[in-house]
Amino acid sequence: MSQTHIPDTYGRFGPFGGRYVPETLMNALIELEEAYNRYKDDPEFQEELRYLLKQYAGRPSPLYYAERLTKHLGGAKIYLKREDLNHTGSHKINNALGQALLAKRMGKKKVIAETGAGQHGVATATVAALLGMECKVFMGEEDTKRQKLNVFRMNLLGSEVVPVMSGTRTLKDACNETLRYWVSHVDDTYYILGSVTGPHPYPMMVRDFQRLIGVEAKEQILEQEGRLPDAIVAAVGGGSNAMGIFHDFIGDGSVKLIGVEAAGRGVDTDKHAATMTKGRPGVFQGSMSYVLQDEGGQVQEAHSISAGLDYPGIGPEHAYLKDSKRAEYVPITDAEALEALQLLCRQEGIIPALESSHAIAHTMKLAPTMPKDAIVVVSLSGRGDKDVEAIMPYLKGEDAQ
Amino acid sequence: MSTAATANKIDAVFAELKARGETALIPFLTMGDPSLDVSIELIQAAEQAGASMLELGVPYSDPLADGPVIQRASERALKNKIGLLDCMKVALEARRRGVRMPFILFTYFNPALQLGLERFFELLQEHDFSGVIIPDLPIEEDGEVRAIAERTGIHLIPLVAPTSDARVERIASKARGFVYCVSSLGVTGERATFHAGIESFLATVRGAASVPICVGFGISSREQAERFAGLCDGVIVGSAIVRKVEEALPRLTSSDEAEQRQGIESVRAFIAGLKPAASRE
Repeated sequence: MSQTHIPDTYGRFGPFGGRYVPETLMNALIELEEAYNRYKDDPEFQEELRYLLKQYAGRPSPLYYAERLTKHLGGAKIYLKREDLNHTGSHKINNALGQALLAKRMGKKKVIAETGAGQHGVATATVAALLGMECKVFMGEEDTKRQKLNVFRMNLLGSEVVPVMSGTRTLKDACNETLRYWVSHVDDTYYILGSVTGPHPYPMMVRDFQRLIGVEAKEQILEQEGRLPDAIVAAVGGGSNAMGIFHDFIGDGSVKLIGVEAAGRGVDTDKHAATMTKGRPGVFQGSMSYVLQDEGGQVQEAHSISAGLDYPGIGPEHAYLKDSKRAEYVPITDAEALEALQLLCRQEGIIPALESSHAIAHTMKLAPTMPKDAIVVVSLSGRGDKDVEAIMPYLKGEDAQ
Repeated sequence: MSTAATANKIDAVFAELKARGETALIPFLTMGDPSLDVSIELIQAAEQAGASMLELGVPYSDPLADGPVIQRASERALKNKIGLLDCMKVALEARRRGVRMPFILFTYFNPALQLGLERFFELLQEHDFSGVIIPDLPIEEDGEVRAIAERTGIHLIPLVAPTSDARVERIASKARGFVYCVSSLGVTGERATFHAGIESFLATVRGAASVPICVGFGISSREQAERFAGLCDGVIVGSAIVRKVEEALPRLTSSDEAEQRQGIESVRAFIAGLKPAASRE
């Protein structure tokens, strides 16, 4: 692997990453890092994880040639990496399983997690049930309304959902509250963080648990097409599905890596979550990365129709990929994502999550500009069932016009 | 402008207190809650109440180390668009009105980083701050900040927690001003019980530190302050005072001057009531 020096021992990806947390958490993070380093190469741990990923979560996920969508757009061949077909309906299960097994080996019986759209919360509630662990999920009060179904699913799985009433009442403050709870219960509680964000070792560890998306996709595309794709497109909020599918391709210079961020109502309004387009480097929730912030360094409220992308930060390794120009990051608006969602429904019979719809929307722009023998792989990170209720009013509004 | 060679006011205050056998009382106030003008008056009131030095809290959008009381104060102040530079100005105005105790700025790292670290410390000097506390900057990340702090003579005051274990030695030995000992796991806020091993934790810090040690997080009454007085050189009280400010908000924001004075007086009386009895073996 060409990336073994990334991150360094301080959790740095170039200038990004690190560990900016209250002192109370430092030893817990060091303990976590040591445990992870011990088990990541442990054959027994890896075997248990492999078994569960295959027999419980349903991996490998298919790489599906979207023929009708390809013809409709009239350009590059489009392949969908079907993370939506995983157990619990998104890529989040990969990381939740990995971290829960680690928690078990560390002797922790209680787990906590933050969630935005509820995908990571459901995945964590699921693995907690599977392994017989007590689980609390922190979710912004606003998001508990947007994602009622997922709240109910988590309860059904035996987890407690804690509505977060502070600040923006969305993912950002759910993360703050989870960290605060962890500070108070660090003795016996494991924090299953859901993205490639936060203090070291989370960005590295979550990436490692997600990188099999790209490893599988590479094998599958070589098998189906006999060559590497020309571009990979994935949505980024914190950036875990994107980092997962990008990572194994970083050394393949011919493969363009494109992260798609939420532009909400537009990057020139104040209602967006376009961290890479409009943010600048800063320290937020435990690491140095790009952050949406005002002149004085106060973190700004993000906006996206997708609760999972509604976040003013992004993982530090993405910041590193952006600054080193290995990946590019583009914005997609709420309206574009909604249009893409409907297109995929009608062309392929697949209802994508609103998050993944952002990646589809950029593909709608990109594919027609490429020759017909070019190949684009899109990360279809989650299924859209959870979003159906939330998008109903938007689409009805459109009909009314 | 002060230089590194000038004695730091924090050291001088601890030396005086030691000579008198007293424990420092270090209140915390969120700046701009409910307004900058009231903050200036509260600072004066804190000194009259017997505060030895003061933590001036910079409101922040994501106060990770803080409990609900200080979170709410931060939110109120942010509604008034109070930032780092406003907090600096408050300090200078308080000096102009004759406040003499040392000032310590309490800020999360990002606002200082965005200002530029060199500029940040220049401003601390220009506004007569003696120390700075950055709760989300552990020793692994503080290299650049520490170097500038040493050069400018501003004390970088570190936190140690009951979970710090082997880190205590490394943190305490580098400490300037005092070591801020976190009384228990968790965020700031009043609490009835403290970490079970608090005595031995404080003894460990004491053994490793060449500067005074102070205890904070959760202290809200004179009884609690006195309990810790024998074990350390100072007690820090934040949330309990900020809650008093919150309770006094109707008065503090009143246009009636007498009402406002009563509001200030209620906070002053509360701080005065926290001062541990003067005796330390």
